[in-house]
Amino acid sequence: MAVLVGSETKVLVQGITGREGSFHTKQMLEYGTKIVAGVTPGKGGSEVHGVPVYDSVKEALAENPGINTSIIFVPAPFAPDAVYEAIDAGIKLVVVITEGIPVHDTMRFVNYAKSKGATIIGPNCPGLITPGQSKVGIMPGHIFKPGKVAVVSRSGTLTYEISYMLTREGIGQSTVIGIGGDPIVGLSFTEALKLFEKDEETEALVLIGEIGGDMEERAAAMIKRGEFTKPVVAYIAGRTAPPEKRMGHAGAIIMMGAGTYEGKVKALKDAGVLVAETPFEVPTLVKKALEERKS
Amino acid sequence: MKLYEFEAKEILRMYGVGVPESILVLPGDDVAAKIKEAGLEPPLVVKSQVLVAGRGKAGGIKLVKTVEEAVSVAEELWKKPIKGILPGALLIEKAVPHDVELYTSIIIDRSERRPVILASAFGGMDIEEIAREKPDSIVRLYVDPFVGLRGYEAREVGKKIGLKGKVLNSYASFLQVMYKVFTALEAELVESNPLAISGERVVPLDARIIVDDNSLFRHRELLEKRKVEQRGEFTEWEVKGRGQGLPFVELDGDIGIIGNGAGLTMATMDLVYHFGGRPANFLDIGGGARSELVKKAVSFLLEFPKARKVFINVFGGITRGDEVAKGIVEAVRESKAGKPLVVRLSGTREEEGRKILEDAGIYAYKDPVEAVKKVVSL
Repeated sequence: MAVLVGSETKVLVQGITGREGSFHTKQMLEYGTKIVAGVTPGKGGSEVHGVPVYDSVKEALAENPGINTSIIFVPAPFAPDAVYEAIDAGIKLVVVITEGIPVHDTMRFVNYAKSKGATIIGPNCPGLITPGQSKVGIMPGHIFKPGKVAVVSRSGTLTYEISYMLTREGIGQSTVIGIGGDPIVGLSFTEALKLFEKDEETEALVLIGEIGGDMEERAAAMIKRGEFTKPVVAYIAGRTAPPEKRMGHAGAIIMMGAGTYEGKVKALKDAGVLVAETPFEVPTLVKKALEERKS
Repeated sequence: MKLYEFEAKEILRMYGVGVPESILVLPGDDVAAKIKEAGLEPPLVVKSQVLVAGRGKAGGIKLVKTVEEAVSVAEELWKKPIKGILPGALLIEKAVPHDVELYTSIIIDRSERRPVILASAFGGMDIEEIAREKPDSIVRLYVDPFVGLRGYEAREVGKKIGLKGKVLNSYASFLQVMYKVFTALEAELVESNPLAISGERVVPLDARIIVDDNSLFRHRELLEKRKVEQRGEFTEWEVKGRGQGLPFVELDGDIGIIGNGAGLTMATMDLVYHFGGRPANFLDIGGGARSELVKKAVSFLLEFPKARKVFINVFGGITRGDEVAKGIVEAVRESKAGKPLVVRLSGTREEEGRKILEDAGIYAYKDPVEAVKKVVSL
């Protein structure tokens, strides 16, 4: 039944009284996400869109023991603190929307989360959605529909664009995960692939990568080793990006010759992945992959 | 934020590293007087201070044997652009006699989510060249971010690149200082290349530090203390764009690009390229842009001389089509540039946006491929 989030997901919103936190709490509630509590230090006792607000994660959990997921809208200088607070309170899935967190901070809290058995999504990500069940993120809900194709992506808007195309072509999604555009993120492509390999709902996967780092190459190696057996369609953004220049996302940079478009595409093709030249070819390739799987 | 060599060396000096004796020469300084005042004895090395890599090969580093020669070389370097960039300052250092040049850097390994030390006995070349020509010479050590770099680990790295005796200990201490700087400045990169062995000591002949932009709010002093104007990290228009808060990257083509979201903007550039066009830039208005920001971005590209025409590709998730349309219409109304403009609008409030644009005589495409073909053909 999909991965990471579903109908059993009970969400805590950290930074719920801020502009973004409050707006997206409303959006998530309208989508049907079960948001049971929010945290803003100093605002305990108030309410946001009917959701009770607490001063700390511990207090929120004491009164709402069903919480199993947290989504963080706290500004960058304070976001790492919010992540540690969630992990220390025992929450096992922490979605970090915040953009601009120093990479040394992220490096530490991602390692800390691992040692405590918690999964971090992000930072600098749109979150994740299991269409029709739960949206823990900032993506527009109406562009998704339930189905059997997983989408995992380093880019927000490109995820929306491609998912919406799939939806219009009648191809629904099992779970869509925006893993984030920073140099270090919690859940990586390979870790996402492991989850989707085990998920019976998922029949194919769309991987949306971009230049910088080697996450796409690692995913390709995993597919090549036979550890991910479902068909994969990939699109990599940044073919025309020059080296040593940061393309918007902190992580989208070719540094010291590593993380090029060509390297990623070659690795993926070698692993038998269908690589789309443009995002608009993705639905066609997904259809092709699904048909081949059936025959 | 990239630091200049002289800034990086000043930081290393603060941490107790024996960097070569030097003076910093700013525009208008009397080079001979400064050298004498500091008591610097030739031979000297005169080095162009720019933030672009490949300075040595571009002729930005010269060895001189006399003060007179230093003066004439300095005059020459002031006028010599390195990859199109004139130096912001010159660094004149005492030459360090040495036989061996090493390579050492610390970066963050993104997938391992740890700092990694990269070291090689073959310094002087950049790491890409070393990886190509002497791949087996590269020693990698991953550091636990909670424990830090221990002395024995630093010595192990030194041993593996062939050091022994007092030089080994000197190298290990230097490496630990590099790691301290790496964490204290929250750097993306600390590099010394070449790192010379001079007698029993290691001496960084060059040093490079890149500080994570996201951590700059904790390192204001780096910007405040800066003595020279930043040159080479960004082009003139990139500096202008950043000044207005626009994430703008200059490219070589003639089609100005605006997208919402980094991934979609990159994909838009790629799509333009795919259909035979050449993007002039990357400009991302991000998610949820209001009309004011859209207006600012469009006006910026209408002014940007490299962009002969402008392509705006917006997929509205959180971004609203009507806000985007309002911004475009206002920018076009106020501009005298008369550049061709192609708009593709889809998603939230698409119809409202389309109407605003059409009322102002701007057609909005729905299909991005059609829109790209149009802009390329103009």
